[in-house]
Amino acid sequence: MSTQAWTFVFVGASFALYLFIAWCSRVRDTKGFYVAGQGVPAAANGMATAADWMSAASFIGMAGIISFLGYAGGVYLMGWTGGYVLLALLLAPYLRKFGRYTVPDFIGDRYESNVARVVAVICALFVSFTYVAGQMRGVGIVFSRFLEVDVNVGVVIGMAIVFIYATLGGMKGITWTQVAQYWVLITAYLIPAIAISIKLTGNPIPQVGLGSELADGVPLLAKLDAIHKDLGFAAYTESFTGKWDRVNVFCAVLALMAGTAGLPHVIVRFYTVKTVKAARWSGFWALFFISILYLTAPAVGAFARYFMIDSLHGKTEQQLPDWYHSWERTGLIAWLDDGDGKVEYHPKVAKPTAENPIRNELYRRGSLSLTEFEAIRLEHQRWLKKERGAESGYAKLLAAGCDGPDRDIMVLATPEMAELMSWIIALVAAGGLAAALSTASGLLLVISSSVAHDLYYRVLDPSATERQRLFVGRSVIGVAVVVAGLFGIFPPGFVSEVVAFAFGLAAASFFPAIVLGIFSKRVPTVPATLGMTVGIGFTACYIIGVRYADMSPWCFGIGAQGIGAVGMLFNFIVTLGLTPFFAPPSPETQAMVERIREPDIGEP
Amino acid sequence: MSDPKQEEALLRAANRRYWRSNVRIMIVLLLVWAFVGLGCGVLFSDWLNQFHLGGFPLGFWFAQQGSIVVFVVLILIYAVALNRLDARHRREVDEIRRPEAGGGGG
Repeated sequence: MSTQAWTFVFVGASFALYLFIAWCSRVRDTKGFYVAGQGVPAAANGMATAADWMSAASFIGMAGIISFLGYAGGVYLMGWTGGYVLLALLLAPYLRKFGRYTVPDFIGDRYESNVARVVAVICALFVSFTYVAGQMRGVGIVFSRFLEVDVNVGVVIGMAIVFIYATLGGMKGITWTQVAQYWVLITAYLIPAIAISIKLTGNPIPQVGLGSELADGVPLLAKLDAIHKDLGFAAYTESFTGKWDRVNVFCAVLALMAGTAGLPHVIVRFYTVKTVKAARWSGFWALFFISILYLTAPAVGAFARYFMIDSLHGKTEQQLPDWYHSWERTGLIAWLDDGDGKVEYHPKVAKPTAENPIRNELYRRGSLSLTEFEAIRLEHQRWLKKERGAESGYAKLLAAGCDGPDRDIMVLATPEMAELMSWIIALVAAGGLAAALSTASGLLLVISSSVAHDLYYRVLDPSATERQRLFVGRSVIGVAVVVAGLFGIFPPGFVSEVVAFAFGLAAASFFPAIVLGIFSKRVPTVPATLGMTVGIGFTACYIIGVRYADMSPWCFGIGAQGIGAVGMLFNFIVTLGLTPFFAPPSPETQAMVERIREPDIGEP
Repeated sequence: MSDPKQEEALLRAANRRYWRSNVRIMIVLLLVWAFVGLGCGVLFSDWLNQFHLGGFPLGFWFAQQGSIVVFVVLILIYAVALNRLDARHRREVDEIRRPEAGGGGG
């Protein structure tokens, strides 16, 4: 059977499974719809959280990012796992004890203000839409790469599937689907990783293989460092290279950690378990299941990096491996020779001069259309034959931002690099879809609960009946799916900045507000609301300024990715600095804080 | 048998003790978290890279493997310690509420 036929089988079977689970876990009340009836076992919730958390970016993108960044790739690994320590220790048990449905619920009740609630709703919506648009795009891309359909058709298929299981089962359906999706994605991730580890180092455990020796007795990482230096790149394991200096790495890690702990779609997962005890255990299970993938990703990144350079650099056209040819068709990688007939891979040269010419010959199609790209390639071939008027393609591809192979190729091409059977390649497609769909559905539920529960029920119409609330909840998911799909088909500029925006804003707004709400009985409404506004306002302006308005990163040279850490600091300073000037919260609120701090012993 | 006012004061003291132990456990674990994640993984990673763990430079290992393992273990310790603390607190509260059922009575 061909890879494509296998892909149809796997993707079809996994979709059928998701729909079947959704049908089995239909719900009839808002508690089931928003928090799965608060009856999810800790380990299952941990798995669902892991699937919810690991998006298309984690599955397809992360190993590739690590592969190209080396040490600095650890920013994402540490940031996205260290955040769970904050979440498990500072937030999860208390929010479960609080026992409502959403993050704005807590902010609004704790700070006794509908203004704070609406600010929280706006933050939650902005963060979730930025994030979900990227997921829908991810679904489309997986479809287009593996099944050779148009990206937009892929987005529409993804929309339809998510719509059915999210409206039918709400949080309950989403949770149990995510448990299944976790198994699909982790299997699809581990098999190629183990295979390539055995092939390169003879060790079946990728994490051990990463620290092992290659067949020639040199440790893989030492070899990779040496190759990198030969080709002109910074050493793979060297800390703090290029724009990733000490300050930026530190701030980016901190912003990602606090942002992780403040992301609404992750926090709500802890509302779905039975008890505070279970909330603590599910924090452990969540990070445990996540760490399986996150500990493997750096191994895949380094293996694929070594493999890619080793099988391409210095090779002639006849020596190029099969995986190169199959991924060249997708435009993820392209070779423009300089006339010597051998592939050369080198770092990007920003300003080429006579002493420092462009030597790199590996590029990608990027956002160029097929015709644009072919035009550049043909002109480049005429330039090689010294035809008059023809220009080299290097400068043009550099200008279009197409230097080097696409990062995604590192995960997508690993099964072929390891010469695995075609059905495993198909499994990777199903895994990528599982990762994207599970994250998208979790985010859509947050969007639905923010609008239908926090805005409609808690602010606009507190007398709404159960039936009305459930109907509004389902309708909002329907609308949100369509909006998210449109964002996926016509991605607005900010979607490509998911990491900077979603994590920076969550770190600067929710995280300080929730932590102070739990650990201080003294912080009242006005300082907390102002703190959130200042934190999110500063962070958003700085990111927009640096990325779109050519503002220099004036704040200690911190780039857009790390600025959330500074925004968070401002939020804490403003909130705590203003607190002494305002009256403490009402006795009822103080009693509520007392209550969420106590373990649940009074309950039968 | 017991005075309701005295019982309430005892309960409040027990709650305070519980909260203080909870915060203490949390602070210790967060210090480890900061030391390993932000310290070994970031701030001193270049210095740690002179040492090796098998084929790994140590700073690099902390950034891409070690910190994650430590994070998982930290949450595990937290869950076990806090669930134990909860159980101890529950016993204390039971004794305050029903002194006759406590260890001294019969």
